[in-house]
Amino acid sequence: MPDLTELSLSQAAQGLRSVQFSSRELTQAYLERIQRLDPQLHAFLTLTPELALVQAGLADEIFAAWRKNGGASPSPLLGIPLAVKDILCVADVRCTCGSRILENFVPPYDATSVARLRQAGMVILGKTNTDEFAMGSSTENSAYGITRNPWDRERVPGGSSGGSATAVAARLAPLALGTDTGGSVRQPASLCGVTGLKPTYGRVSRYGLVAFGSSLDCVGVLGRSAADVTPVFACMAGADPLDATSLDLPAPHFEPGTAKDHPLLGLKIGVPAEYFIPGIQTEVESAVRRAIEVLRELGAEILPVSLPHTQYALPVYYLIAPAEASANLARYDGIRYGPRQPSNTMWEVFRHTRGDLFGPEVKRRIMLGTYALSAGYYDAYYGQAQKVRTLIKQDFEQVFNQVDLVATPASPNTAFRIGQHVNDPLSMYLEDIFTLPANLAGIPGISFPAGFDSAGLPIGMQLMAASFREDRLIQAAHAYQQVTDWHMRRPQL
Amino acid sequence: MSLTTEQVEAIANLARLELSAEEKELMSQQLSDILDYVNRLQALDTGGIPPTSSVLPPRSVLRPDEARPGLERETLLRNASETEAGQFRVPAVLE
Repeated sequence: MPDLTELSLSQAAQGLRSVQFSSRELTQAYLERIQRLDPQLHAFLTLTPELALVQAGLADEIFAAWRKNGGASPSPLLGIPLAVKDILCVADVRCTCGSRILENFVPPYDATSVARLRQAGMVILGKTNTDEFAMGSSTENSAYGITRNPWDRERVPGGSSGGSATAVAARLAPLALGTDTGGSVRQPASLCGVTGLKPTYGRVSRYGLVAFGSSLDCVGVLGRSAADVTPVFACMAGADPLDATSLDLPAPHFEPGTAKDHPLLGLKIGVPAEYFIPGIQTEVESAVRRAIEVLRELGAEILPVSLPHTQYALPVYYLIAPAEASANLARYDGIRYGPRQPSNTMWEVFRHTRGDLFGPEVKRRIMLGTYALSAGYYDAYYGQAQKVRTLIKQDFEQVFNQVDLVATPASPNTAFRIGQHVNDPLSMYLEDIFTLPANLAGIPGISFPAGFDSAGLPIGMQLMAASFREDRLIQAAHAYQQVTDWHMRRPQL
Repeated sequence: MSLTTEQVEAIANLARLELSAEEKELMSQQLSDILDYVNRLQALDTGGIPPTSSVLPPRSVLRPDEARPGLERETLLRNASETEAGQFRVPAVLE
């Protein structure tokens, strides 16, 4: 039997249908690999092997019944293992959000995204590490220890979905869910050499995603290729009565086509000067420029475009996201969930529970957001940030009148060293400059491998599209991956 | 732009966060640095620009007003650190 953890999604699905192996065997192969390698990497916070094997057994029964009785073809996700970021609820499985304040929280329900994938027959391997409440770009802000980058264990995997990115890169899972509020799917995908899709805001229900920045949060997916992440995205997409911001649009239909000579003929791709600025790693810039040439060879027309308010995305984000976080995290007070620091009065319970159990970055953002929303400062900070957000959104609307996609680096640098930014929050925030604008505008983005630097670390390219045009992101990334093999490389472990 | 430790204390009080003396000191320095950085927004003229609070077009989301099953009381209390008689137990709110 081949190494089952090396199979693409379509290969695994084909193997399951044709009885080359069972879902239990596939799941067991991943569980064994996790057992062998995760002690060095720490991608997972909680493993769910019993749940996984029960789900895999059910999938095998469904396959057997289908082979016997015929009927509708099973979902391409039936029996396929999945890792889930530990900020999305899986019923009856501990969900910490990387925080001590939820160290014993066991949600009684599934997130809608998770429920839909379970309905399609996916098998949950466990919950992956994250920066506390998804606030961070390195996974160093988890209260449960750092996750290591499988390409160099002295470096971070990015964040906040760093556990999911490491799990996919190290072949501990074929696919993983992440969340993206300012780049938390795309940036770790870039630093770990995997493909990460952040859908349009409103495309996937946020129900059961523990809230950080409610106007920015998106459920996304990480995998080894655009072709692999697409069915997971399509399965999660669609309106949900439990999230009033989810939209009733048909899930995008996409079939990874066979290679044609010029599959991107007719597609216009813009290259914004504001994303190729001094200070980015030169190898990142040159790799992304080479990747843009590949897209041109595939038939796309490449045009210069301008997104003039790009430099304001970071200051806007670090007012809006903390403001929303300070409101969302008010619910953690030791009363309804999580441990409680005992005290004689309610106020003291709140202050001590929150002061003792939130980590430094979460406290910093709650403070920043509380200040930005406080009387006397609201208009100057939060109000002004919301107006500049409009300008950033309008930049994209104008550009997408001229082009179909925008191509940029996913991150200014390849994976940085553990500890490099811990004492300087602002320098850490700058690692997200190329991913924040898509969240502010609500548009979709995809990050995928476009080369390696001289230290052997993956370089990621980002494509962004107009709202609800994930199909174009997938089309272009898939075409690129048909003629390059960066996404097929894997770390030596 | 710099925040004094007294301002930090006032914000921490609004946010119900108990901070140590060292945390207040560090927070005052780090928040001042971040505010210095975000202050570049003040230079932009945003007269006549509407704020974006949601990227979605404004719309009303309606559903029939029908009773639906919810989570059981016992299930909801399962995660609380202190409960009594089917309720969350808290210290006295009023003297």
